[in-house]
Amino acid sequence: MSTRVFGSGIRRREDPRLITGAATYTDDYTLPGMVHMVLLRSPHAHARIKRIDISRAKAAPGVVAAFTGSDIEGALNPMPCAWLVPNSNLKVAPYPCIAKDVVRYVGDIVAAVVAETPYQAADALDLITVDYQPLPAVIDPEKAKQPGAPQIHSGVENNVAFHWTVTGGDVDGAFKKADVIIKERIVQQRLIPNAMEPRSTLAHWSGASGELTLWNTTQNPHIARFLCSVVTGVPEDKLRVIATEVGGGFGSKIPAYPADFITVFCAKKLNRPVKWTESRRENFQGTTHGRDHVQDVELAATKDGKVLGVKATSYSGMGAYLSTAAPGIPTILHGLMLSGPYDIAAIKEDVYGIYSNGTPVEAYRGAGRPEATFILERMIDKLAAKLRMDPVDVRMKNFIPKFENGHTVPTGLSYDSGDYAGALKKLVEHVGYKDLRRQQAEDRKKGRYLGVGVSTYVEICGLGPSQVAGAVGFQGGLWESAIVRFHPTGKVNVFIGANPHGQGEETTFAQIVADEVGVDVNDVKIVHGDTQTTPMGWGTYGSRTTAVGGAALVMATRKIKEKAKVIAAHLLEAAVEDMDYKDGKFFVKGSPDKAKTIQDIALMANVAWNMPAGVEAGLEASSFYDPPNFTYPFGAHLAVVELDPETGQIDVRRYVAVDDCGPQINPVIVEGQVHGGVVQGIGQALWEGAVYDENGQLLTGSMLDYALPRADRLPDMEVLSTVTPSPHHPIGVKGIGEAGTIASTAAVYNAVIDALSPFGVETIRMPVTPERAFNAIQEAKAGRR
Amino acid sequence: MKFPISVTLNGRRYQREVEPRQLLVHLIRDLGGVTGTKIGCDTSQCGACTVLLDGVAVKSCTALSVQVDGASITTIEGLAVDGQLHPLQEAFWNKHGLQCGYCTPGMILAAHELLRTNPQPSDEQIRHGLEGNMCRCTGYQNIVRAVREAAAMRRKG
Repeated sequence: MSTRVFGSGIRRREDPRLITGAATYTDDYTLPGMVHMVLLRSPHAHARIKRIDISRAKAAPGVVAAFTGSDIEGALNPMPCAWLVPNSNLKVAPYPCIAKDVVRYVGDIVAAVVAETPYQAADALDLITVDYQPLPAVIDPEKAKQPGAPQIHSGVENNVAFHWTVTGGDVDGAFKKADVIIKERIVQQRLIPNAMEPRSTLAHWSGASGELTLWNTTQNPHIARFLCSVVTGVPEDKLRVIATEVGGGFGSKIPAYPADFITVFCAKKLNRPVKWTESRRENFQGTTHGRDHVQDVELAATKDGKVLGVKATSYSGMGAYLSTAAPGIPTILHGLMLSGPYDIAAIKEDVYGIYSNGTPVEAYRGAGRPEATFILERMIDKLAAKLRMDPVDVRMKNFIPKFENGHTVPTGLSYDSGDYAGALKKLVEHVGYKDLRRQQAEDRKKGRYLGVGVSTYVEICGLGPSQVAGAVGFQGGLWESAIVRFHPTGKVNVFIGANPHGQGEETTFAQIVADEVGVDVNDVKIVHGDTQTTPMGWGTYGSRTTAVGGAALVMATRKIKEKAKVIAAHLLEAAVEDMDYKDGKFFVKGSPDKAKTIQDIALMANVAWNMPAGVEAGLEASSFYDPPNFTYPFGAHLAVVELDPETGQIDVRRYVAVDDCGPQINPVIVEGQVHGGVVQGIGQALWEGAVYDENGQLLTGSMLDYALPRADRLPDMEVLSTVTPSPHHPIGVKGIGEAGTIASTAAVYNAVIDALSPFGVETIRMPVTPERAFNAIQEAKAGRR
Repeated sequence: MKFPISVTLNGRRYQREVEPRQLLVHLIRDLGGVTGTKIGCDTSQCGACTVLLDGVAVKSCTALSVQVDGASITTIEGLAVDGQLHPLQEAFWNKHGLQCGYCTPGMILAAHELLRTNPQPSDEQIRHGLEGNMCRCTGYQNIVRAVREAAAMRRKG
């Protein structure tokens, strides 16, 4: 092998099974004797359960069993929260798998029915009667904190789950010496992730051996096993989680869910395999949501556009219960990034995590970082408007200068490497920014309203050093692992602890291994998603799989090479220190024609007929890689939108992304990640948002009512990149999964405000629907804004 | 009450007794372990369950099993012939037109319908033709590229 496969856009190895229908997701499995579970969920946002009667359901045709909150008491422990943010007075309210006395959101589980067929189970569900005494409900996190708001959990005063602060630098001083202070209220609306595959669980309990196999739609099977053990009491060594095919997650398949453990409970009770698959309606109500922050932000600057400080107060909705990682998202993953790519000396944020009567909130693509980016990018644009400066110029003026090995920001984080001005420069040159602005001005005279918006970002990903994880209250480590195993024929299996579910690491990881040990990429198979065969790992989220798991892979292959070199030296009757290696061949320095290939060595190591003294048989290595730091990808995006002032309709006309995720293993896959991420961010800016009524009913509870991005509403995106390697990563890679979403909401929103500015509109709620844009224009015309 | 139906799925004939309320997608997923047809929603919005019914694409969650008595259904499993990928499958693979793969069977069959009715669509027509199928991963751009490539393959013959 002489050509590197690293960096080439080869076709994905996972695709043949996916394009032929051969892939098996959780709901595709059927086991002998399997029965089906359905869940009765609360139709009230907040109510007392006065009485529940499941007797008629139990007697219905095909029904095997039915259970309520009383039945699981003592059998299923309360749901744990796994991110206990320190110094925040965190109050983890009890989160039962099935509500017994009080329901706290529309979708809270009150009963489970198991029947021979899904249709019979659904029929029986209608026969359960529940007497509810409705209680007042509150959804908006800021309102939920007000005195007199409905009390959601006893002992949690004003519904404050936690109060966390971050400060860096002299904030008061910065605001005192500022020439201008910009203020804005930013509402990061609630979003509903909508992975295309609904969540599903299939529990197979073997009573005789006390072993449980759980097929589960999870981004992190090893965490799922750990949490399942905690809640169900099945010991970890007898618990196998399989999640080899998962249909998207975007954060919503990180947490543990009550439904999964109720399935286990039923399987144990009935000693039959039990499958539960949510409907899309259930997914809207019962699977976690994202964002939901109300923020008051202030920015201090000099009159020539230098930003001196940023401070914010954020009311972050948690929903009715604390989901697995929820408290860490608006705090650690958000507040610590509040100075972004800018050299801002002073920052401060007060974050209140607030219980409400909404669906629990979790990570959603970007998780905390899109919100931090939005704060900065919105405020910088407002500053530019106030000072009548160009938004690009203000950004250039404030960037941290290019650095290659560490830059500490006021929150204490040390960014690894960055060239923020370089990315923005590439962006403005590519789009012809000055011409674009000229065109925009000319079009405006003709009554065509284009808006141009820029957003730059730096994100924290590759989570992360385990010592830091512990220090910030994450109840686990954040390393990753890999086992690289050579078979006698020279073929390679790689077992990883992370669990890609669409991101393509079965391909990119094979590319890494192929280059590192000099085998054909088609001779490497990546195995993931089964806790019985893969080593422990913490999962796929936070753009960490390649940044951390990829590093583990590299370290394991390097151990392989070290051992192979010793065996090669023995076979060539040479000293180890005289050996050289190139492209899968080991040879004595200066004699490349008499080489042992890695395949030769793999065969010898496996048959072990002639091994060096003291060297074990086999050619296999594992690595547990704990990163020394996070990685910090960055970039600059630009959106052009067109506003029809007669209807309020906004269309994205052009979208350009420049992202820097370090060296790209497979540029086609990188581009695909950017595409998908950008569109999710556009969705937040223009279309998506959970809407609840005053009683806490979810009005956007189906795909009919919640506007997901569709093919006909989007332009072709232009995707560019710069390459700044991470200095601490063995192959310099940083991560790309969330970048698009982190940048695009702010870019599109800034473009929208730019388009609306001739009408005097300075702020507008997301999603900026035609109705909102139209009304804003009318109100501005009438002088009411 | 159950009704007898006879249906051909990917060239193979099946006879079943079905409830009148049974959705076609549930029948398909129960027949012979063929689970490539996916269920992504319950309001006929997402298109993951798209199949070909007598050669025409339908969302199989909007049809009842009793309605397809005597009909022939092609799912994603029936698209490749003798192990040879259909040009659309090949193009989705070439152009990275899928990530998690869950929407892909429906998306490919919706694209099949588009090219059946409009063999050489413009990008705008492709986007319009696929607006009834949702993908949360790709942002659609590589799906458009894939359909464009499949149309070009067809042009070349």
